[in-house]
Amino acid sequence: MKVELTVNGKTQSMQCEDRTLLVDLLREQIGLTGTHVGCDTSQCGCCTVHLDGQAVKSCTVLAAQADGSSITTIEGLAHGDTLHPVQQAFSACHGLQCGYCTPGMIMASTDLLRRHPDPTDEQIREGLAGNLCRCTGYVNIVAAVKQAASLMRAGGKQSA
Amino acid sequence: MYPFTYERASSLPDSVQGLRRDPEAKLLAGGMTLLPTMKMRLAAPTRLIDIARLADLRGITRDGNAIVIGAAQRHGEVATDPTVRDAIPALAELAGHIGDPQVRARGTLGGSIANNDPAADYPAALLGLDATVITDRRSIAAADFFLGLFSTALEPDEIIRAVRFALPRRAAYAKFAQAASGYAMAGVMVAQLDAGIRVAVTGAGPGVFRWREAEAALASKWSADAIADCALDAGALNTDLHGSAAYRAQLVRVMAAQAIGQLN
Repeated sequence: MKVELTVNGKTQSMQCEDRTLLVDLLREQIGLTGTHVGCDTSQCGCCTVHLDGQAVKSCTVLAAQADGSSITTIEGLAHGDTLHPVQQAFSACHGLQCGYCTPGMIMASTDLLRRHPDPTDEQIREGLAGNLCRCTGYVNIVAAVKQAASLMRAGGKQSA
Repeated sequence: MYPFTYERASSLPDSVQGLRRDPEAKLLAGGMTLLPTMKMRLAAPTRLIDIARLADLRGITRDGNAIVIGAAQRHGEVATDPTVRDAIPALAELAGHIGDPQVRARGTLGGSIANNDPAADYPAALLGLDATVITDRRSIAAADFFLGLFSTALEPDEIIRAVRFALPRRAAYAKFAQAASGYAMAGVMVAQLDAGIRVAVTGAGPGVFRWREAEAALASKWSADAIADCALDAGALNTDLHGSAAYRAQLVRVMAAQAIGQLN
């Protein structure tokens, strides 16, 4: 079948099988390998991308279901060489060790900060409940989201 | 996944026809249960009919003393909808604790109740709030809809359009979630309706059920203490790797007490 997706701002039309998963289309046909496959059973959240602005697990969405939609992946967050505030904060707070879960964590975090611009620790932990990290114990991840939130609020004020 | 044919439904009648033409076809809404099941090769439908975008299945409306929620409304939409939050906050809270944010962005009310997972949250809401399932051809009271473990009263070609929830006087839901999956080990909806008190339990048994002894006890004395010694047949509850039936019976008591506590 044919699907048309706008991925990181670029609209493209592709052929795929009816059973092709969105994550496989992104990784194998478009070459956006920043979106990881951790568990392939919708538990770990490594494959999180934004589908029409909302975080979803792309290993549990058919490419066909996303036909006509806009997708943002980890590769679409930065502006040129300037990292997204959530990416900056994960780096500054060392919110990662092996990094495998990080793209999904960052995509889930940006969605969580859209819903809660000034989140409590509990809102952060609840907002990241669909993402598993096997290295860090989450402390630095929560710190990174908090820092990102304040960076983004400050940025919003500057541009306002 | 085994190969299948995907089609995006153009209308509700067309979807019904699709189910009639191909008995191995399945409806796809959010896909949060169906797709993982297919990936594990526990299901192999020949055709998926994607009904998620059908306008007939969308929308949340206040209808006098009730709210009507379209079958394709996502959990996250129900959780944050001002009409639901205002009319039945317990229902919004329940929807807001299904799975995780990514699952709530996709999973739907209709999909959850059609699947009738014995540990899903929505069945407790429907049974506890005495809701009515509206399909393409009839209305089914929640008490007649859920028929135990993954079974419902739906005909093979029948499609859920919406669920109608009459407003309770008050209601609260408490759940003890399995840490990894988020599914209810025990989830209890306690509601005061015009028709009386309802205590609906999910996660603990082979399907959602009313804990009638607790309802009777609460009718005579509205207090968490009233249910402390209420009969609850652990023999009818589930034992699995997450917990024994006796453990679940205790969880049901604790969750029911927490729900009552939220209302006091």
